Amino acid sequence: MEHADFDAAAARGRCLGYRKRILEISQQVMAVHAAPAFSCLEMTDAIYNGMMRRDVAGKYIDAFLISKGHGCLSQYVILEEQGIFAADDLPNYCTPQGRLGAHPDYGTPGIEASTGSLGHGLGIAVGMALADKINGRDRVTYCIVGDGEMQEGSIWEAIMMAPNLKLDNLVCFMDYNDYQGLGRTSETHPYFYPMHDKLQSFGWEAVDLNGHDAPAMVAAVKNRQGERPFFVVCRTVKGKGVSYMENVPIWHYRSPNKEEYAQALAELKEIAS
Amino acid sequence: MRNTFADVFYEAGKEDPRLCVVVADISPAGSIAKFRSDFPDRFINTGVAEQVMIGIAAGLALGGMRPFAYTIATFTLFRPYEMIRCDLCYQNLPVTVVGIGGGVVYSTLGTTHHAQEDIALTCALPNMQVIAPCDPEETRAATLWCTQQSNGPVYLRLAKAGEPVLTGKAEDPWQFGKVRCLEKGDDVAILTYGPIMKTAIEIAGQFRAQGQSVSLYSVHTLKPLDKEGILSILKRHKQVVIIEEMVPHGGLAHMVKALAWDAQASCRLDTFALHDEFHHNYGSHAQLLAVHGLSREAIAAKLGL
Repeated sequence: MEHADFDAAAARGRCLGYRKRILEISQQVMAVHAAPAFSCLEMTDAIYNGMMRRDVAGKYIDAFLISKGHGCLSQYVILEEQGIFAADDLPNYCTPQGRLGAHPDYGTPGIEASTGSLGHGLGIAVGMALADKINGRDRVTYCIVGDGEMQEGSIWEAIMMAPNLKLDNLVCFMDYNDYQGLGRTSETHPYFYPMHDKLQSFGWEAVDLNGHDAPAMVAAVKNRQGERPFFVVCRTVKGKGVSYMENVPIWHYRSPNKEEYAQALAELKEIAS
Repeated sequence: MRNTFADVFYEAGKEDPRLCVVVADISPAGSIAKFRSDFPDRFINTGVAEQVMIGIAAGLALGGMRPFAYTIATFTLFRPYEMIRCDLCYQNLPVTVVGIGGGVVYSTLGTTHHAQEDIALTCALPNMQVIAPCDPEETRAATLWCTQQSNGPVYLRLAKAGEPVLTGKAEDPWQFGKVRCLEKGDDVAILTYGPIMKTAIEIAGQFRAQGQSVSLYSVHTLKPLDKEGILSILKRHKQVVIIEEMVPHGGLAHMVKALAWDAQASCRLDTFALHDEFHHNYGSHAQLLAVHGLSREAIAAKLGL
């Protein structure tokens, strides 16, 4: 029932492989949300490989859903590696013969909820965690939200409800990559930050840390007081790992061309914690 | 209807621990208040927050529960419409969305509290099932069905409180997805749903007074619509009258007209609906229906009765 000790070096190696795999997939399609997946890649890896518990058969006990659904390639590559997806799922990404699209779809193995329209996932996660409380089920629900997504009023309805419902079995990560459609989030909405103190004032236990530092995230979640829902503000870089993608808005959805792909592969390396 | 819903839900909830209710700050009527005190874990109040009411209901359903989201129809449906579409319908989750005061039932509160487009909007959603009982007895049967079904989401349109029983002598029992014959005749058929059934019964009486033999149907399930049942009604009658407390677009009248065209029906078809307008009028429910041209007198006059 316990999660394995978190091996930081192994995590760095995994994330390098995941980035390469996402870039590989980007060559199959015209548009791919690589940069929003790169910013939350260490978070997603840390959740799956450092936080979520498995039963004796290896099946996950805990649940994960990505509310910023456009970042789902970070989850897809993990589900592929773990054999939860079929071998031909990602090769058929966004094609008529496949079952995976650019946003997670409930009913696909490993996908807890259909997300993509922003502002939905956290409310659903609150309901899932509440169902576990009502049924006395020992399960933690993990959720990733985007920083732009935090502007949705529905997110704040969910943030208001989680502590009221005493959901100590809910952990939410915010991918603070500081970019949204029309610019830097901290510049378009300067009075919206800092964020973690707002969560604290709503009744959450909250921390603010580097979202590419997987061991720090694992430790923060493991060492939380655990009496209230837990919120991790993760400072990240959009497009992390590929120089020309980092903090350049067009890479929110664009696929690299052949030359760009080669350059990205050449410069990718393990990201230090 | 509200109280009957509450009684049935309470009794079902006693037996089935999966049943729970998520409300958005609406004062719990009758037995729902009792449900709240007897089963506090399964009574969730989100406050004035309808989007998360639906989101939490979706999450509860994903966690194996059978939630009922419950508030005034306009707030249960219009405010969180995208949550209903994506969280409930797209994922096809067994959540019952209960709308109190469908149509213009909240007749003194103004348009902000009316749900005059609810049937069109819910019928447009894939996977959604849409039920609008006409009286407390149909509410009893429909609510019980909702507590037992696992097909997917349901919109249950209720009125308010104090509606009379209109279906005590019905020919047919209530059956989900089937038109329900209340009275069987040969010449004219009247189709309706919801508490405006009361007016339909009066119109039926006026047809009878003119020597016509009248059928009266409750089309309580708007989606899936009983196409076979409707086609048989179109075939058997010379005249079909549809009365609905809903905007003229996307409701029963449109659906029946489409079926009639496909079947090349030859009967006369008269339809009555709310105006395609926001009226700035207040009064009793009957008075507001009259403003929309749905009084017995106005309908009778148009039908030449």
